[in-house]
Amino acid sequence: MKLISTVALIGTAVLSGAAHADLTVISFGGANQQAQQAAYYAPFSAASGIKIIAGEYNGEQAKIKAMVETRNVTWDVVEVESPELARGCEEGLYEKLDYSKIGSKADFIGKAVGECGIGTFVWSTVLAYNADKLKQAPTSWADFWDVKRIPGKRGMRKGAKFTLEFALLADGVKPADVYTVLATPAGVDRAFKKLDEIKPHIQWWEAGAQPPQMLASGDMVMSSAYNGRIAAAQAEGKNLKIVWNGGVYDVDSWAIPAGSPRIKEAYEFIRFASQAKPQSQYAALIPYGPTHKGAVGMMDAKVAADLPTAPANLEGALPSNTEFWVEYGEDLEQRFNAWAAR
Amino acid sequence: MSTDTLPLDAAPTESVVGLKQRLRRAERRRKLLYGALILPLALFLVIAFIWPIAALLKRSVDNPEVHGALPQTLAVLKHWSGDELPPAEAYAALAGELAAIRGTPELGAAAKRLNRETPGYRSLIMKTARKMPLAEGVDAQGALMTIDSRWSDVDIWLAIKRTGAPYTAFYMLSALDLTIDADGSLSATPPEESIYLDILGRTFWMSLIVAACCLLLGFPVAYLMANLPQDKSNSLMIFVLLPFWTSVLVRVAAWIVLLQNDGLVNQALMALGLTDSPLQLVFNRLGVYIAMVHILLPFMVLPLYSVMKGISPVYMRAAMSLGCPPFKSFWKVYFPQTLPGIGAGTLLVFIICMGYYITPALLGSPKEQMVSYFIAFYTNQTINWGMAAALSAVLLAATLVLYVFYARRLGASQAPAGR
Amino acid sequence: MQPIADPIVTFRRVQKTYDGENLIVKDLNLDIARGEFLTLLGPSGSGKTTCLMMLAGFETPTGGEIRLDGQRIDTVPPHKRGIGMVFQNYALFPHMTVGENLRFPLAVRKLPAAEIDAKVKRALAMVQLQDFAGRYPQQLSGGQQQRIALARALVFEPKLVLMDEPLGALDKQLREHMQLEIKHIHQSLGVTFVFVTHDQSEALTMSDRIAVFDKGVIQQIDRPDALYDAPANAFVASFIGENNALDGRIEQDDGDSCGVRLADGSFLKAANGGVGRSGEAAMLSIRPERVRIVADADGANRLPAQVEELIYLGDHLRIRLRVAGSTTFTVKTPVSRLDRSPGAGQLVHVEIAPEHIRALAPMPA
Repeated sequence: MKLISTVALIGTAVLSGAAHADLTVISFGGANQQAQQAAYYAPFSAASGIKIIAGEYNGEQAKIKAMVETRNVTWDVVEVESPELARGCEEGLYEKLDYSKIGSKADFIGKAVGECGIGTFVWSTVLAYNADKLKQAPTSWADFWDVKRIPGKRGMRKGAKFTLEFALLADGVKPADVYTVLATPAGVDRAFKKLDEIKPHIQWWEAGAQPPQMLASGDMVMSSAYNGRIAAAQAEGKNLKIVWNGGVYDVDSWAIPAGSPRIKEAYEFIRFASQAKPQSQYAALIPYGPTHKGAVGMMDAKVAADLPTAPANLEGALPSNTEFWVEYGEDLEQRFNAWAAR
Repeated sequence: MSTDTLPLDAAPTESVVGLKQRLRRAERRRKLLYGALILPLALFLVIAFIWPIAALLKRSVDNPEVHGALPQTLAVLKHWSGDELPPAEAYAALAGELAAIRGTPELGAAAKRLNRETPGYRSLIMKTARKMPLAEGVDAQGALMTIDSRWSDVDIWLAIKRTGAPYTAFYMLSALDLTIDADGSLSATPPEESIYLDILGRTFWMSLIVAACCLLLGFPVAYLMANLPQDKSNSLMIFVLLPFWTSVLVRVAAWIVLLQNDGLVNQALMALGLTDSPLQLVFNRLGVYIAMVHILLPFMVLPLYSVMKGISPVYMRAAMSLGCPPFKSFWKVYFPQTLPGIGAGTLLVFIICMGYYITPALLGSPKEQMVSYFIAFYTNQTINWGMAAALSAVLLAATLVLYVFYARRLGASQAPAGR
Repeated sequence: MQPIADPIVTFRRVQKTYDGENLIVKDLNLDIARGEFLTLLGPSGSGKTTCLMMLAGFETPTGGEIRLDGQRIDTVPPHKRGIGMVFQNYALFPHMTVGENLRFPLAVRKLPAAEIDAKVKRALAMVQLQDFAGRYPQQLSGGQQQRIALARALVFEPKLVLMDEPLGALDKQLREHMQLEIKHIHQSLGVTFVFVTHDQSEALTMSDRIAVFDKGVIQQIDRPDALYDAPANAFVASFIGENNALDGRIEQDDGDSCGVRLADGSFLKAANGGVGRSGEAAMLSIRPERVRIVADADGANRLPAQVEELIYLGDHLRIRLRVAGSTTFTVKTPVSRLDRSPGAGQLVHVEIAPEHIRALAPMPA
């Protein structure tokens, strides 16, 4: 009996260890997390005395679902992409936010204000290329599809999201009409048919860190990529270039998994991280656009010009349609998998 | 020894019965002891292995979302034929239930489940629920039809009825590229969406190739190790086991570094003038095969080695003394005796291969992904655990079939040797 | 040893070393007669198995030559020598049935199927296992496996059959039975058998001739009775059969016989087994069954003895005596020949006829 109680005691200690720890904040890792560390985590800890345990994930919701379902929530604040946030909110994975504990909704750009999450930055999936390897610079997705004029491997994210949008843009669909077309079966067929044209030339990638690395190594000449990752590679001296035309931008948000035992501290953190000043510091470190309307004004104009939210960069760009992807995502991803696996 | 070996020719007398009882009592004590000895492991297996697998299999047919969210609507629909629009009570029940669960996770789950049947139903349900509750005394049927014209169509009602069963074959059928049409009949998934039978075939095929390559590469090594002096074979064994002691991830990363376009292998090939432009060695099937063979080679070499170690070199001598040339002796006498090792090694590599995920995911293109990739995809990306469980069940069944086949074939030929 | 006319096998100055330093077989000369049953006998490490393996072709001689039927074979690979062989643990192929095992050497020789069937049937009949063709070797007893191994070595009708301690794995009773069976098969077939063993009684039972090996050299090669009665040296005397050894010094040398003074001063006349001249050391070899126990010292070649121990063995009695300083002097006497058994501690005398004492050169240390 003594042994059993000892084992039980140790088990409880191990299991509860995480719950008693300080605030756990999970974000997409890499350069993004480094910027968050400098702009949000460190100043917040200094100001509040709450230590932050920074973790990273790849956006998969399975772990959060498992935590919420088993009522053993060890993640307190999570950076979530829009469709996952919308789905998770409906399914009760995330707390419904009380904006009185965060700030005025009017201070933020419209897309940032969500029922279960508040946008923290705007990021864009853009066309990037290695200027050292290409004699002729691409300027649009139509150029990306032109394998005769610009030969070589092209990188695309292994998934339907954004890939289908790019295909339609390359096929001449206007940015404003992309989702209307894609909502019809004929539009989906059109997108896949367009993808068929360059299928043998595509190198698929999954992690955001892959495109800059593979562009630099010469494994591919152009790729879809997250603008912040390309900027980080540029900072390392790689001659990579971004084509803003035809980029698809979206918001990443802070959300609180339902049932977090440290909800009070989570709100404190989100409130802190949603102010204009830290957001401007974050955007200076990695060129993702701030969601607080006052942040850009605090930034160097030259740095601000590299943000996806800079007016020049928004020209020809397309906001990602969250509602569309929540609705059709599962079906299109399935279709994409079937297509890609053939 | 069992009790029926007792001589019972004579009619059992009092004393014989007593003897039997005493024997049984003695046996029982021993059986209890044996039972107690294996109890911890048996419990562990039940808790850590059998129970999770059973839970997983249950997930693949579990269908609680609509069943739990709309019980009254389903009760009304139970007697509905499906040929025409359902009665007004169905509309009323649905409106009432949607109002009751508005804003709760149950509604989201039910909407998501319905969306799997036909994309678009999620927004239909959410949109309708947002308009709830209806004002007192309003006709539910008319109100719903006004909110969205799809409510005047039988399809959505059929979908609700179909998804309302507590258990469903939907996921299992999907995993086999089958669907149930709106009219309830079974049919093949449209070709642009059918995928899993191909993937299953590919999983088998790739596993077969990897197992065959492992066999071709591993057999000579195992033979050498079995026939070298102990100290030399020990050091060879370390080289064979070395990959075992390195993380799979590290090895996969190392292969990327070696095989990529400006990697060491391509640089060497170009420096030697064997090729002008870099060869595509990675992110295709070749890269996956190279890395998987490397990782799984020990699983082939070890069973082969242990079998070969037990084959006395005297058999080869005997064959030669009987007039058989050396290579033929090897083929006719030595090789057949290694068959149990070949069978065990191939099966081991094959089965591990069937469940492989990380190597194809990192080193392959979408054309190299096997069943486990899709299990992970549904588990992590779309959180469609029913589909993940169904694919797992298919994989498990395929593995079991394979194992039974192996046990029948090689097990039978092994029977005389096993006495 | 007189030369053998038309030998089937000849070894000439054959040497073998594994490490380049120690010769495991030294300068071996051996003729094997057609149709004989020759046993290579010796302790382990004496070189007898190496000899056999060189003949079979599994070891290559370091020097010298081996001929089979006049043809040099030491460069011929084993599968072309046409020599049958029975191995220590039978080496029956476990994945083949008994029938398939027997067919193997015939199928390799591409004989017509009907002929193969007939030969296999005959071979099985020879070892009285006609009904076992469909069994697997593991389903047979040790003795049955042994017989199948023999049948397999004989089925392709080789001129020469080699056996490498084939009976070692059998229990005593079965071994003795198999010894006779192999001997009978040999007699009925007339094939030359070369048999390796370290069991001297096995060698005595089966062989026409025995070559006794020690330290890579054939110490003596002769018929079993000659080996037993007239060992050529102390090693052979002690290795073959039971032997009482007494140390002494040559005092008189009469050619065929000699006189030897033992360490305790007593004197014995003995047959000369090739010892040196007067004054040199000698070892007397006396077989236990050639010793008579007598009461008094009246008579030639008698020594005083004290009974140390009596072991009753049913048909005979073993008596351990203290004789001329040795406490392990053993006498074997049929019970029927003793009037009454002496008691332990009793003082008696032993008498050995001079022709049953062999004076041999002592073993080098």
